[in-house]
Amino acid sequence: MLFYIFAILAIVSGAYMVLTRNLLYAGFSLLIVLLSIAGIYVLLFADFIAVTQLMVYVGGVLVLILFGIMLSSRVQDKSLLSENVNTVWGALVAGLIVVGLSYSILKSNISSLPWLQTMEMDVLGNQKSTVQTIGIKLMTDFVLPFEIASLLLLIALMGAAYIATDKQKV
Amino acid sequence: MLAFVLTLVLLLSIVIVLAYAERKVAAFMQDRLGPTEAGPYGSLQSVLDVLKLLQKEDIVPAAADKNLFKLAPILIFAAVFAGFAVIPFTPDLVPAGIGIGVFYLLAIISLDVVGLLMAGWGSNNKYAMLGAMRSVAQIVSYEIPAGLAILSAVMICQSLDFQEISYQQGALMNRFPGLEFEMNWLFGIEALGINTTTIGGITTWNIFRAPILLISFIIYFIASLAESNRAPFDIPEAESELVAGFHVEYSGFRFAILFLAEYSMMVLVCLVAVILFLGSWNTPLPNIGPVSLAYWTTGTVGELSGILWGGFWLLSKTFVLLFLQLQIRWTYPRLRVDQLMHLCWKVLTPIALGVVLIAGIWRLLMI
Repeated sequence: MLFYIFAILAIVSGAYMVLTRNLLYAGFSLLIVLLSIAGIYVLLFADFIAVTQLMVYVGGVLVLILFGIMLSSRVQDKSLLSENVNTVWGALVAGLIVVGLSYSILKSNISSLPWLQTMEMDVLGNQKSTVQTIGIKLMTDFVLPFEIASLLLLIALMGAAYIATDKQKV
Repeated sequence: MLAFVLTLVLLLSIVIVLAYAERKVAAFMQDRLGPTEAGPYGSLQSVLDVLKLLQKEDIVPAAADKNLFKLAPILIFAAVFAGFAVIPFTPDLVPAGIGIGVFYLLAIISLDVVGLLMAGWGSNNKYAMLGAMRSVAQIVSYEIPAGLAILSAVMICQSLDFQEISYQQGALMNRFPGLEFEMNWLFGIEALGINTTTIGGITTWNIFRAPILLISFIIYFIASLAESNRAPFDIPEAESELVAGFHVEYSGFRFAILFLAEYSMMVLVCLVAVILFLGSWNTPLPNIGPVSLAYWTTGTVGELSGILWGGFWLLSKTFVLLFLQLQIRWTYPRLRVDQLMHLCWKVLTPIALGVVLIAGIWRLLMI
């Protein structure tokens, strides 16, 4: 039941985000999409992912997007509107993705997947959250991707600092 | 649902007391009298203020973006109020005891920022816009030292659950499921050989278990002042420059909500500071030999005495911190924007990073 509420919210506000011309409204409906997806994560017992989603996307990326929109609009004293470009190619790519996804979903027999049948409903067991498992996995099985991601972030940070510095004219 | 209503009532009464205290403290520090007319010593003043606000007309500016303007106060208050969901009030009373409470709190507070941008934009007013911009820039920057300071406390406690962190800081530690065989040592160093597990009191508070957390407490407290837009970090609502900041266009009930959200934010950051660093709902009095002050002033968990003592200690510590916030407001002048950013990025963040490193080493001494 809860899942359907979140799913409908996500779909409706996602559709609104795509269809509205006002970029700022699109940004705010992205907020609802992200929140309802976080709700769906919680229903899937992925509490850490849900909160990380809030932290990174709502607290970081979305605020950055809104800041960008607000700082760059109203230059000509009107709200920023998006335009329709590449209508044919966009529709084609989107249609192909929809067809491909529906085809593979319809072809696969999801309820007979072996790991789904042996799955227990009590995912967490005695643990109170997934943090411990995620931490151990990150430091053992997935340590290389984890470190590479941190290196990438460091490079991005240095790049940002370099772009932002005052370049002395020689 | 009961937790929702109880928390809301508690929060409203704390905010009303706080609003009165703010005026009285300000008056005292400036050698004035403050409110004196309504009730004994003017104590009904803030209640009447609220009633006045509720009766006022709800004005929506004609040129404002009406939907955003109307939605923003609700979003701001909802974000702050959602943070209270994970705050444990007594040993066995916590609205939602989720395992990643600390992380959830940090994330849900960042929703507040979106609401502020919404209010600033929706007002269609340059002062409101500038105020929202400043406020958001300030909150986003100060989340970093605050987050690092919280991280060092979490590293010492090895838990993201507020209730578990609370139990660790008192004589009741072994009552928490999963902590039955844990031990507290003086300053957290086992080599000193002084077992404080049953002594409790102030010796098991986080700032005592790992004295390095005293520094992170100070960092957190400074950063939390900035996060709740309090003086000396109140440039988002600098009266001399911006009239009132992002809520300049709001009136009546919507202004009351924004006001409530701002004061709730103050209460929330102080509660978090108390829980993470100052022993949560635990008593400050230690057991000294046969004089078991800690047990006497804790009550029995699960009974009324436990609830009353726990709530009493938590709220009284919170009020001490809130009083400190008020006092700072009327003592220090406002910082400039560049000084604000200098303090955040060049002073607090490097120190906080160092504290995180030392906290990690300290944790190794504790086991």
